Amino acid sequence: MSFSVTSPSPAAKWLAGILVIGYAIITILPLVWIIATGFKSPADAIAYPPKLVFEPSLEGYVNLFTTRTRVTENDFAALPPASSWYEQIVRDQGMVIAGPSRYGERYLNSIIIGFGSTALCMVLGTAAAYAFSRFRVPLKDDLLFFILSTRMMPPIAVAIPIFLMFREIGLNDTHLGMILLYTAVNLSLSVWLLKGFIDEIPVEYEEAALIDGYTRFQAFIKVVLPQAATGIASTAIFCLIFAWNEYAFAVLLTSGAAQTAPPFIPTIIGVGGKDWPAVAAGATIFLVPVMVFTILLRKHLLRGITFGAVRK
Amino acid sequence: MAQIRIENLRKDFGSFNAVKASTFTVEDGEFFMLLGPSGCGKTTTLRMMAGLELPTSGEIYIDGEEVGMKRASQRDIAFVFQMFALYPHMNVGKNISYPLLSQGMSRADARRKVAEVAKILGIEGLLDRPVGGLSGGDRQRVALGRAIVRSPKAFLMDEPLGALDAEFREHMSEELRALHDRMGATTVYVTHDQLEAMQMGDKIVVMNHGVVEQFGVPQQIYDWPATRFVAAFIGSPPMNFLDFDGAVTAGDTELTIGETRIDVPRQLEAAMGALTLGVRPEHLHLSDEAPYRGEIVAAEYLGTTQIVTLDTAFGRVKARIPSHEVVRTGTHTGLAFDARTLTVFDGVTGRALVSEANHEVLVHG
Repeated sequence: MSFSVTSPSPAAKWLAGILVIGYAIITILPLVWIIATGFKSPADAIAYPPKLVFEPSLEGYVNLFTTRTRVTENDFAALPPASSWYEQIVRDQGMVIAGPSRYGERYLNSIIIGFGSTALCMVLGTAAAYAFSRFRVPLKDDLLFFILSTRMMPPIAVAIPIFLMFREIGLNDTHLGMILLYTAVNLSLSVWLLKGFIDEIPVEYEEAALIDGYTRFQAFIKVVLPQAATGIASTAIFCLIFAWNEYAFAVLLTSGAAQTAPPFIPTIIGVGGKDWPAVAAGATIFLVPVMVFTILLRKHLLRGITFGAVRK
Repeated sequence: MAQIRIENLRKDFGSFNAVKASTFTVEDGEFFMLLGPSGCGKTTTLRMMAGLELPTSGEIYIDGEEVGMKRASQRDIAFVFQMFALYPHMNVGKNISYPLLSQGMSRADARRKVAEVAKILGIEGLLDRPVGGLSGGDRQRVALGRAIVRSPKAFLMDEPLGALDAEFREHMSEELRALHDRMGATTVYVTHDQLEAMQMGDKIVVMNHGVVEQFGVPQQIYDWPATRFVAAFIGSPPMNFLDFDGAVTAGDTELTIGETRIDVPRQLEAAMGALTLGVRPEHLHLSDEAPYRGEIVAAEYLGTTQIVTLDTAFGRVKARIPSHEVVRTGTHTGLAFDARTLTVFDGVTGRALVSEANHEVLVHG
């Protein structure tokens, strides 16, 4: 660890503080905007100049989770009173609920595919990175470069061949297909990142465990993995963010059963005019898992658990 | 505890030959030093004993059983790493108990055993502490604790004091030697520090370029080096070498270097051509009458002794003489040799020629 000889002057501290706060505002603003729009009425959402103060409404969220239909005025008048608060919100728009929307299913698909591919990617990536880091692998450098090269072309370049392949072997629009695809795309990143982290762990720990009577696999599980936790956590965040946000493959390869949230959200726009609050509501809920995941793993990202145990 | 026997041990890394046909025996209960410059193969030899490297050929016997190809975990030895290699995600107590749990010992028994070991090492107060914040010496004690807790057949130590400050190293080396004397455990200790090897070792193997140069007790190695390399590596300042052309025949008791005759122990083998006379600095004396002459170029004061550097016709030499003798740089003086302590080396191979004095050590050592 190094410390500067002089502590910064009060003016420098103020300047640093102002810069950090300014940067935080710039990055948080779009997030606040999306969250706010989700609670606006459609009229408020497109008002110009934009409304900073508005009457909050759950219309966006109700519209996100329902499909609605118009009925004739006579039928509308003949309806019994709304049985719930959300039905009332729909009635206020002059419509009735026809059924639940597909957002819930699509969201669940996103969770299954996103977390599934991240988990698979971590298992395969850690094992491969360990092998590359510790064993004499023939053509190691060439293999590592080859793995990285899969990352060099844009996804759209391989989308058509993958589509044809998936159609042929029946993986089109399946959870398994999307998990395998996102794992394949993310694996290069995770192998490279994790290899770097595992290279940093001195090999003496495993040797000590081997001499202490453990097998190499036990040494890997009990000694290497706990120390690689920081690396695994940060790599997992990268993999999840990619799989969660991926749009191009999802549009092309999923349409029904395995469709994820990103290709679904834009379709909301088409239902009964441009329903921006519903889109914003969908986006807001969509943001939550990655945020929660990152916050949960944050302490791993910050914790330097290997500090001081080996003298270099 | 156990005897460790190494026979014709060899290790190649690709085309690089790290250890060549080493043979030596570590007796039960011995504190055994593997000494040599870096890259000499001493650590590779130790790692082969431990099972962290597999030998290319040759045998390793622990207690009479050949273990060369066995897994480290099946050899029942403990290893102390230079970098300590304490598990950073476990506290001190867990680090020490880790080898016990692999043997299936119950947690209660392990805890009792750890407490015992902690008491021996004086680290009872640290058991609940994370290893991260410990001082170098305490980390070394924890590493030792992890090694001794399961009472293995032997301890292998790879420069265990190398990571400590010079001041503290002295203290730890005493502690280590005392611990060894108390436990009587066979210990193999790798070091590149010849002083450490002399201080602590019952026996020393000196290695260079993968070859065992000499194997014996410290005093034998110091007094009667088997090769010029050993003579140069051990001692501070090292042995002086006078290179000359000449001849030795069996039965000679003096050599002729240039014009000067010098008495040596009775030689038992013959050699011709390039030869080297080896003499330790403390076996040289300044004497105006002596026929071998030199010019004093420097004197270093060391308290009770001083090291005087002289230029002679056959090279620069250093003499260790009492500090009360007055020397003046730039003056010429004679150098007298302690006849019974001299060794003659073959100038080409560097091997020591056998004489009556070193015969015992070189032939039987």
